[in-house]
This record gives sequence, structure tokens and C-alpha cells, in this order.
Amino acid sequence: MFDNLTDRLSKVVKGLRGQGRLTETNIQDALREVRIALLEADVALPVVRDFIAKVKEKAMGQEVLQSITPGQMLIGIVHKELTALMGEQAVPLDFATQPPAVFLMAGLQGAGKTTTCGKLVRLIRERGKKKVLLVSTDVYRPAAIDQLQTVAGQAEADFFPSSPDQKPLDIALAALDHAKRHFHDVLIVDTAGRLHVDEAMMQEIQALHKALAPVETLFVVDAMQGQDAVNTARAFNDALPLTGIALTKLDGDSRGGAALSVRQITGKPIKVVGVGEKLSGIEVFHPERMASRILGMGDVLSLIEEAHRNVDQAAALKTVQKLKSGKGFDLEDFKAQMQQMKKLGGLSSLVDKLPGASKVGADDIAQGEKQMKRIEGIIDSMTPRERQRPELLKASRKRRVAAGAGVTVQEVNRLLNQFEQAQKMMKSLGKGGLSKMMRGMKGMLPGM
Amino acid sequence: MAFGFFKSSKTPAVSETPQTAVSDFEPSAKRSWGQRLKSGLSKTRTVLTTPVGDLFSRHALIDDALYEELETILLAADVGVEATDYLLTELRTRVKRDKLADGSQLKSALKAIMTDLLAPLEQPLDTTTAKPFVIMLAGVNGAGKTTTIGKLAKRFQAEGKSVLLAAGDTFRAAAREQLAVWGERNQVEVVGGQGNDPAAVIFDAIQSAKAQAIDIVLADTAGRLPTQLNLMAEITKVRRVIQKADPTAPHEVLLVLDANTGQNLLAQVKAFNDAVQVSGLVLTKLDGTAKGGTIAALAKRQPIPVRFIGIGEGLDDLQPFQAGEFVDALFGET
Repeated sequence: MFDNLTDRLSKVVKGLRGQGRLTETNIQDALREVRIALLEADVALPVVRDFIAKVKEKAMGQEVLQSITPGQMLIGIVHKELTALMGEQAVPLDFATQPPAVFLMAGLQGAGKTTTCGKLVRLIRERGKKKVLLVSTDVYRPAAIDQLQTVAGQAEADFFPSSPDQKPLDIALAALDHAKRHFHDVLIVDTAGRLHVDEAMMQEIQALHKALAPVETLFVVDAMQGQDAVNTARAFNDALPLTGIALTKLDGDSRGGAALSVRQITGKPIKVVGVGEKLSGIEVFHPERMASRILGMGDVLSLIEEAHRNVDQAAALKTVQKLKSGKGFDLEDFKAQMQQMKKLGGLSSLVDKLPGASKVGADDIAQGEKQMKRIEGIIDSMTPRERQRPELLKASRKRRVAAGAGVTVQEVNRLLNQFEQAQKMMKSLGKGGLSKMMRGMKGMLPGM
Repeated sequence: MAFGFFKSSKTPAVSETPQTAVSDFEPSAKRSWGQRLKSGLSKTRTVLTTPVGDLFSRHALIDDALYEELETILLAADVGVEATDYLLTELRTRVKRDKLADGSQLKSALKAIMTDLLAPLEQPLDTTTAKPFVIMLAGVNGAGKTTTIGKLAKRFQAEGKSVLLAAGDTFRAAAREQLAVWGERNQVEVVGGQGNDPAAVIFDAIQSAKAQAIDIVLADTAGRLPTQLNLMAEITKVRRVIQKADPTAPHEVLLVLDANTGQNLLAQVKAFNDAVQVSGLVLTKLDGTAKGGTIAALAKRQPIPVRFIGIGEGLDDLQPFQAGEFVDALFGET
């Protein structure tokens, strides 16, 4: 995420590092670089201008006070301003209303509304165990309703059926009635994608909003959007009392500058962020962390939070107890650890959140993930007894395991060596937490 | 910003979305392609025209302030830093060389430079070189691939060609249904299959097209982001399998791009080109307020022919790209 912006700003600051003092000239150069970086990151021009002006003002003011580490100082200012621009605090989704709390989704075609609906279900339920109902008012695009139904099935949410010959408003009202009578906590209303210059369609969604009185009206924005994000955001914000923004497709290599633009233009908080095509790919947006990430400081906090949410606490506890009870750490545990990591979104997602991640190439990550799969395959090819007592594995058994997993004997050997190291690490770890274990495992994988 | 995009006299459509439009095209009023492009690009035009027009009249003389404003306008149209620099440097050179002095000359010079830049991208798609002519479509999520397939199928049908669709998006919920529903309404055969392997679905479709002597096969694929390496590898495989069905295929690999996309468009083109050797582009959703200036950035960085642009909801609004008219429309002179 935001790799390019991070890289560019790092370069700018590196250029500044050699300088003894911040002068009008060298800050000018640096700011020009920041401007280009932001523009190439698709941050809208007016927003860039504001931003540069603010940073410049702040930087010039502090020049006299502390000119010892100009790089750090500038990055500090840029970071602070970026955070301010994105809204200081994380704003959670709002359920504070008499149920059902209605969520209305709005956005351009192909922004990712329907997928976000499914992801929201996950988020809402993981956080609060709410009973959620989904309904689609997209009577225009072929099979749009089917798509939401499938998504609802995947997310295990209730689905209110509708059909293309109905009117969107009628569908919405019927769904609201249904939600009330069946005690749903949340009703998510998906809408058709629409152009903000299409008056008829904008009136339609205004009517929907009026009838539903949603507690959340989320504007769904593609993180890859360019300069025009400003125009669409402003038009949607004018037409509807938006309560927040859902930023999608942030796992692409887009700079995500649209996030800054939309936030600045609407003044509304970015509430959720969509990453990846899986339904679990949704995160709460943390402005401060995102600013850190833009500056290459990594997003470790997000990672920890996610670890808490996704890691099977029971399984983790079992491992810890096993260690404490003095019983050895066996291959079953090794595999379990690996599966925990997978739940966190795999290596690519982990690496993305760690500082200095840009150094790790995408190929390395793919290689690592492939390697993890192979290791799992090898362990799966062992008998339960072999997994508990790997020392049983001698030449003949190794050949069998290798054949079973479709790998060479050398690879089986390599795994056993890695496992031995892990065992040693576990022993020395004592009461160490899960995070330590994960860190240990990460070191073992190639290219990391 | 004073772009005034609400000025557009867009007729409120019942089936507003391009997504929808495929299903219920009304043969739109017979307008010339130029008019349609003009109305389709009206917002783009307001962006480039209004300020540019103002600029040229406000600045009788060519000065730095004029260049700076011009830079602002180009950047705001998603032309990107690199292409903007190029355009302005070139403009300065011509101003010096041709001793241009006033605003209107500057305008035609800029238009000429842009046209020169975009002209190499103007290469219409010729589907007569093979039978079946296999067209594979690719793109990120939500770019408008399935919708574009519908429009293309209609277009080819209107040319008297037989078309077969391969529902290769086996991932997204109800993608196959979307194509199937569309195919049913428009009497186009859709090969779907129950499998989850897009390559297999498309392979079957090509075999079926051969057996029935179909003219054109349009193969849909699931949307994917360039960072999803496994999915990029999958689409490379799809291309390979298509080659197995017909060694000369795919005859065209169309990358569908959303005109709303910013500079990431360049990254998309590069990644997909690396994965499946893109031979042509389709730029969709130019009927919004998106400026499509990314085309200029693309022409500078990675010139791949733009086969079609989507400038509206109707069938007629998927049009072959024409550099001259595109630039004319950008500057409001159709």
C-alpha cells in the first residue's frame, strides 16, 4: 500500500540528510519533490497545494529552533500534516440508533460497493455479533442482485431477495420492514453504481436516503482513482449527507492519493479500507497509522490488532501450554503456526505492514508463500506419529514423505533442519508470546 | 475548482450505468460520432476548454504564468507529471522555433503536440485476420470488462458477424450469471461450464466456436490487481491455454481500463502487458467527469493502441479511438 509515495518521500528526505540546515532553497527543492510525489500518487492538485503550503509554513517556522536533523524534522512535519489531512482519529462505524441501523452504500460503477457490503458484514459481526440483513437495489446491471446474494451467502448474512422489475425504493422499504420485524441489528442497502452527473440516478439515491434515514451513508471510492476523485466526491457529498468513506482496492499498487483527496474535499472520515478479494479483507482506517505508513514507518499497530482478531486464540493457547508443560514443540505445532500466519493474510499482507517492507520484493514474498505451501504438504504427508517424533524419519520414511508431497528428499531434510532450529528457539523462548514465535518463523523463510 | 462539471446537458437515462446499458440499449438517436464524442467528453472539455479558453484570451502574451496555469490544467486532467513536462517542454520549443507570440497560436501548437503524441495509438481493430478471431479481455476489478464484452458483441453482431462469449470470470460472485443473462437477452451464445478453471472454460468456448464456424470469440476473465501475483500468473496460464486451443490465438488481448483511474493506469498497463502481452486498450467510463488525460501519459510511457473508448451508455458509445477527434473534443472543437 502506498509504496510509491513512501519510496518517494524517503528519497526526498535522503536528499535532505546531507544538508546541515534547512534553508529556503533546499526546502524548496524538497517540497517540489513532495509535490511531484503527491501528484504522481494521484492526490488532487488543490489538495496538494494546500498541503505544500501548510508544510512549508510549518517548516519555515521551526527552522531557527532546531536545524540539527533537517530530514527528521521535515518528515515529522509532513507526517503530522498528512495525519491532520486524513483526520487525526480513527472514526468507528456508527450503530448508535434504534435497530435496525441502516447502512446505505453509494459510489461510481465498479468502485466495489457489493464486495464491500460483504466485507462490512464480517467487520460488523466480528466486532459486535450483530444480526445483519443485506439487500440490493441495483435493478439495472444484469445479475447484480445475484452477486449480492452470493456475497451474502459467503458472509453468512441474511439476504432480502429483490428482482430487477421492482423499483429500488420499494425494495428498500420492504427490506427495512423485514429487518424491523425480524429484529436485525443492521440493514446494509447496496445500490447501483451511478455517475454523479446523472441527475435521475442521483435523485434516486437521494430518495432512498430520505426513506431509509440511514445511520451510515458510505461513499465507496476506488483507491486507484485519479484527479477526478475530487469532483465525484464533492458531487456525492453535495447530494447526500455522507457519514463516511469506504476506500477499496487498497491492496493494489496504486498510491492511494484518492484517499487524501476525498477525505479533504468531503471532510468525512475514511471509516473502512478494503484490501484483497477475500471477505476478510477489510480494516478500520487509522489516519495516524496510515500517515506513518506513507512515510515508511510501517503499520505495526494494525498488524497487532489484526493478529488478535484473526489468530485462533485457543490454538495459540494450546501451543503455549504445551511449551509450558515441557512437552516438545512438534511438527503439528509448526504447521499450526504457519496456518495462523496464513489467517493474517499471508506473507504479502504481513510484509506490507512491517517497516522497511519495500525492500522485500514481491517475488520474494511469492517465493516465501510457495515455500510455506510446500512445507505444509510435506508435513501433511507424514503420519501423526512422525509429526510428533520427527526423529523417526530415516531414509526410507523420508523417501515416502517426499514422494507423497511431490518434493525431493533434500527438501524434506531442509524442513527437518528448520524445524530443529524452531524447536531450539521455542525452548529458549520460555514464556514468550505468539508474536515472538511468528517473528522467529519469519526469519526461517527464504527471502525474508 | 471552477470546472463546472454540472454544466453537462446529460439526458437523465433510465438505465444509467454503463454496466446496465449493455442489457437494454436503445438505438440512440442518430448522431454523428463527432457529436457523440463531444457530448461524451463534454466534462473533459469543460475542464480543458473553459480554463484553456480563458487562459488564451486572458493572456495576450505568452509568459511563465501562462505555462504554469497550463501545467495545472494538464495535471488536473490526469496527464501526469512526466507527460505534462514533456508537453510543456515541447510547447516551449515550438514557441521559440516558430516565434509564436499570442494565446491562440499557443493553443493550436499544444493541440498539434498532443495529436502527435496520441496519433500512434490510433490503430483500429481488424477482426478479419482469423476465424474464429479470439479476443481475450483483461483488467482490474470494476474496470468494466463484462460490460465492454456486451458492447463489443453487439457491435460485431451489427457488422454481421457471429459471436460467442466465454464466461471466464469464474471468481466473482454472479459474474457468469451477468454474462448469461446478457447473452440470453441478446441471443448470443455464452459458454459457461461449471468448472472453476477459467482457462478450461475459454478452451471449451474456442473449440465450440471452431465447430460452429463462429467469427469472433470474446473471452471474459476475472478482475485482478497487478499486485495479486497468483492471479497474474493465472491469467498468463489462461493465455497459454488459449494458444493450445488455437496456436495463432489470442488474436487480440484487450486490456480494459477505467478512465477514472489515476497514474496507476500506467502500472496496470505494464503489469498486464508483462503477463499477457496486451495488444490493445479499451478506455471506459469517459462519460463521467474523468478527463482521460492518462492516455497522454500512456502514449509517452508505453504506447499500446487504444482500440475503443467508452463515451456513454449506449451501444454506439463504444467507439474506435481517433486521436485527432479526441484532441479536438478535448479542446471543444468538434
